[in-house]
Amino acid sequence: MDNASLTQKARQLRRDILKMLYLCQSGHPGGSLSSLEILMALYYKVAKTDSRKPRWEDRDRIVLSKGHACPALYAVLADRGFFPREDLWRLRQIDSHLQGHPDMNKTPGIDASTGSLGQGISIAVGMALAAKTRKAGYRVFCVIGDGEAQEGLVWEAAMAAAHYKLDNLVVLMDHNGLQIDGPNDQVMGLGDIAAKFAAFGLETRRADGHDIDSIAGALGSGHAGKPLFVQCETVKGKGVSFMEDNPGWHGKPMNDKEYAAAIAQLGGTVDA
Amino acid sequence: MPEPKSLRVAYGEALVELGATNGKMVVLDADLAHATMTSMFEAKYPERFFNFGLAEANMMCAAAGFAHSGFVPFASTFALFGTGRAYEQIRNSISYVNANVKFGLSHSGLSVGEDGGSHQSIEDIALMRVLPGMTILVPCDPIETRKAVFAAAAIDGPVYIRVARPIVENITTESTPFVPGEACVLREGGDICIAATGLMVKEALKAAELLAALGIKAAVVNFHTIKPFDSKRVLDMAKGCGAIVTVEEHSVIGGLGSAVAEVLAGNSSAKFERIGIQDRFGKSGKPADLFAEYGLTAANICSRCEALLGRGVG
Ligand SMILES: Cc1ncc(C[n+]2csc(CCOP(=O)(O)OP(=O)(O)O)c2C)c(N)n1
Ligand SMILES: [Mg+2]
Repeated sequence: MDNASLTQKARQLRRDILKMLYLCQSGHPGGSLSSLEILMALYYKVAKTDSRKPRWEDRDRIVLSKGHACPALYAVLADRGFFPREDLWRLRQIDSHLQGHPDMNKTPGIDASTGSLGQGISIAVGMALAAKTRKAGYRVFCVIGDGEAQEGLVWEAAMAAAHYKLDNLVVLMDHNGLQIDGPNDQVMGLGDIAAKFAAFGLETRRADGHDIDSIAGALGSGHAGKPLFVQCETVKGKGVSFMEDNPGWHGKPMNDKEYAAAIAQLGGTVDA
Repeated sequence: MPEPKSLRVAYGEALVELGATNGKMVVLDADLAHATMTSMFEAKYPERFFNFGLAEANMMCAAAGFAHSGFVPFASTFALFGTGRAYEQIRNSISYVNANVKFGLSHSGLSVGEDGGSHQSIEDIALMRVLPGMTILVPCDPIETRKAVFAAAAIDGPVYIRVARPIVENITTESTPFVPGEACVLREGGDICIAATGLMVKEALKAAELLAALGIKAAVVNFHTIKPFDSKRVLDMAKGCGAIVTVEEHSVIGGLGSAVAEVLAGNSSAKFERIGIQDRFGKSGKPADLFAEYGLTAANICSRCEALLGRGVG
């Protein structure tokens, strides 16, 4: 897919995310909108996946450790053909396979159940270690939040990843600077996150987290013997002016007016 | 009658109220202050509020450190992450040493709804109940939530307050007795006794109405304290009614149902049934839809009672 089509695609997927969230009147718009291009870089450009064989043994693994952003993942998976797009509109309903947080036993294409923050990155470490043990060639991509990196578990995972020289593991951080109670720096300052991961022994790179080429470019080889950490600079709520950079939109339902305004900003109409 | 509100709002208000007279009180949270409503305390007493970010294990041990230094810490997050992720911190740094730490943990049970099974704590009571010296309070309405906060502060030792998210009406009043460790009879009746806790107390009262229409007199007892457990009340109920049904928004393993079963075993031949989550996880859905599917409704309580008494179609 060329860049112009990907840009168009991102707008459509943003509308899908908002429609899902509007219909169920719950869930997390801010962090879903900020992770979208990271997931698109993986599913449209970099990772080896096959929607006809979601459990294909040699696929690359993708773990959305910041599980609350799953509306973005669901929109991408539906677009890639893992399940029908109509399923999206039943997000979080009692008979839906699309749970409030990703469920590997219910939704095709989900490699690990997440939602309790900090755990996905450790699961990804186990998957990468399993690949090494099996002498399999697949890579493991893990998307974490910046607030999530306050969990001690994240650093236990980083330590193990470096110790076992997991150069088949890539950790992508959605660095939007915000969490629920406010900016990371006010809630619990993380300092220079990339420098911390470097100190733990990871190769570190930076990318524009809303530029698919920039993200994909940062995921190239050249980190032999080391896991890779990519700090993706993002804007929470990206694409909807009143949600952008606003912690209030972490987990707030949209009313009719807000939904219509958001969809209009993304070039759509509410019933499309 | 005070207006309906979420128990977490009642919790936040009570913290603010208590903070005015208890200068030793500090409040800790883990990036959920706007969900647990400790943000209300933060707004009023910023110098006594500490946000630990997403770091529940660190927060619980830090709460122990505050307690060891003469403070009365109230630590909050979601019930699952407090009793779950920080379980061993609570076990060794708090419970094992009888540290004077209170934790009011919100978003307990299936009533979390749409966030799904990964966020619905249905085992927290069980986890806390096995800890010696722990007090477990499960308020059923806003008024009781306030009383639980004040009672917790008066207890010397660890106290878990289980806080639910939905907006609920008051079913108790300011004058309803609230003594930790003493279950409270809300309705008399001699045919069957419904023992309930938390949000299920209201369903139990509604079920008792439905049963009354069928000519069955059901007592309703509010077990707002799961530990220390009011064993005497259970035995009295067993003697008085001969049939007991427990109802909880929690697994039937390890919670109120288990506590009652442990008292009855070997001591009573009363008919007995546990209503709760039957050894399965929760999932996404609207709270009302989940309650219906998992049998946490007045209608289901009513029909289970009928069946236990050998009446109705079962
Ligand atoms: C262990 C754990 N603690 C708390 C939560 C509740 N929670 C959900 S999202 C969130 C904030 C996450 O911030 P960040 O990782 O920065 O996510 P983003 O900004 O990308 O949405 C919190 C505290 C959780 N899901 N898991
Ligand atoms: Mg963030």
